[in-house]
Amino acid sequence: MDDLGRMDSPIHRIDARAKIIATAAFVLAVMSFPRYEVSALMPLFAYPFALIAVGNLPAGYLLKKVAVAAPFALFVGIFNPLLDRQPMGMIGPVAISGGWFSFASIMVRFTLTVSAALALVACTGIHRLCAGLKMLGLPSPFVVQLLFLYRYFFVIGDEGLRMLRAAEMRSTGARTLAFQTYGTLIGHLLVRSMDRAQRIYRSMVSRGFDGEVRLLRREAPGWRDVAFACGWIAFFAFARSWDLAEFVGRWLSRGPS
Amino acid sequence: MSDPMIDITDVCFTYPDGTEALRGVSFRIGHGESVAIVGANGAGKSTLLQHLNGYLAPTRGDVRIGGQAFTRERIAEIRRSVGVVFQDPDDQLFMPTVFDDVAFGPLNLGVPPEEAERRAVASLDRVGMAHLRERPPHKLSAGEKRAVAIATVLALSPDVLVMDEPSSNLDPRGRRRLIELLATFEHTKIIASHDLELVVELCPRVIVLDGGLIVADGPTERLLSDEPLMLAHGLERPHILRHRHPH
Ligand SMILES: Nc1ncnc2c1ncn2[C@@H]1O[C@H](COP(=O)(O)OP(=O)(O)OP(=O)(O)O)[C@@H](O)[C@H]1O
Ligand SMILES: [Mg+2]
Repeated sequence: MDDLGRMDSPIHRIDARAKIIATAAFVLAVMSFPRYEVSALMPLFAYPFALIAVGNLPAGYLLKKVAVAAPFALFVGIFNPLLDRQPMGMIGPVAISGGWFSFASIMVRFTLTVSAALALVACTGIHRLCAGLKMLGLPSPFVVQLLFLYRYFFVIGDEGLRMLRAAEMRSTGARTLAFQTYGTLIGHLLVRSMDRAQRIYRSMVSRGFDGEVRLLRREAPGWRDVAFACGWIAFFAFARSWDLAEFVGRWLSRGPS
Repeated sequence: MSDPMIDITDVCFTYPDGTEALRGVSFRIGHGESVAIVGANGAGKSTLLQHLNGYLAPTRGDVRIGGQAFTRERIAEIRRSVGVVFQDPDDQLFMPTVFDDVAFGPLNLGVPPEEAERRAVASLDRVGMAHLRERPPHKLSAGEKRAVAIATVLALSPDVLVMDEPSSNLDPRGRRRLIELLATFEHTKIIASHDLELVVELCPRVIVLDGGLIVADGPTERLLSDEPLMLAHGLERPHILRHRHPH
């Protein structure tokens, strides 16, 4: 993820603030659609798709990350078909209930927002993202949280992996570790993480940390950045007010005849 | 200024779990001196170093830096003037990029952004790591992390440089480079190390610690060539000194 943030592309060069605003507008637009809407959401895929394509991001890798979070959305939506049995439409002879539509709508919205958020991080880099959020007026504690959540996610993950490897190397023969071993490992990881957090905090304080993180990024936004944000917001507003998918569908079906 | 840079009197420290790590340590270090602290594992070196910028407060005894005791008002100032490089650089590097990490200290001091940037670049240059400025610190090699950790401390322009095992994890070239780098610093230096050859090259004075007590304090060549003393405290006579004083 860090490596993606350091790449260079026209999208990477856009000011972080412009991308944050456009993405926030995107999320708002996605959320504002009526609950049974599915097809009208489709044109919005243009946004994450554009970020990924122009930003030269590995689509497969990002999709995998989206898939990791998918069970969560699945869980939120899965009861809708059971609860809402009002028939809403037909596919051939089969009546489709409203529940299925809202379920599909939740999954589509989820894929849209998560892929856009991931693409945003990947084409901006967490440090520029945080600097951007701060310049947009997000209170400092949130920025600090985000920054450190991201930074130490890896450190603690690494530490956990190292411990796991050490334990596996010494449990000769056994194919899987005993259940209790996992318990001990996790407990130990927690203690280690807390110790490390303490040491890091001391080291921050010794360099004058006072609750405020000052990041050195102060490029002024250019016309390109403004155009990026405004262009996308206009597109979202447009996609929200007219059902583009239906429009295109009608146009296509009329075209050849 | 007649005050010694560092003045430690009868410092005792017991960890919360009851481990007595320091049991009455006293010494003075003058301005510009380079002093090594050596001793076996668990002798109390790291514990002692953590007293020098107020991470740990002595259970008994007194620590003074530049004649100042650690009071609530002075602690920030003392912490700026004593730069500590930890044994584990992962504890020290916490920002998303190397550059942000090095600029973190100066920016917190209220240095204007251009000046902070200049200082960060200069410190990275000094340790030869300017090419890593946009990399995330957790993806560097151990030696690179160490060099960057030193740069974060240099960016604060400290008067005293305290280092815990600076040469651990370094390859021979990295270690050589580190020694040359440290030799160019005019700061007061305190280095805890098991690397006795580094000690011989950098520090004219050494303090030998064992079981939380100072067992010897004097000129490096004399103490480190004293084979019985070295062996009694879990150390050995370094090779370069053997060549200088053949039996
Ligand atoms: N957080 C802690 N809690 C309890 N005891 C500790 C803690 N840290 C260190 N000790 C104990 O204090 C003593 C001195 O430890 P210290 O880390 O200062 O040794 P050291 O000289 O730096 O050793 P090394 O050469 O291995 O780094 C040891 O006996 C150690 O077990
Ligand atoms: Mg130590």
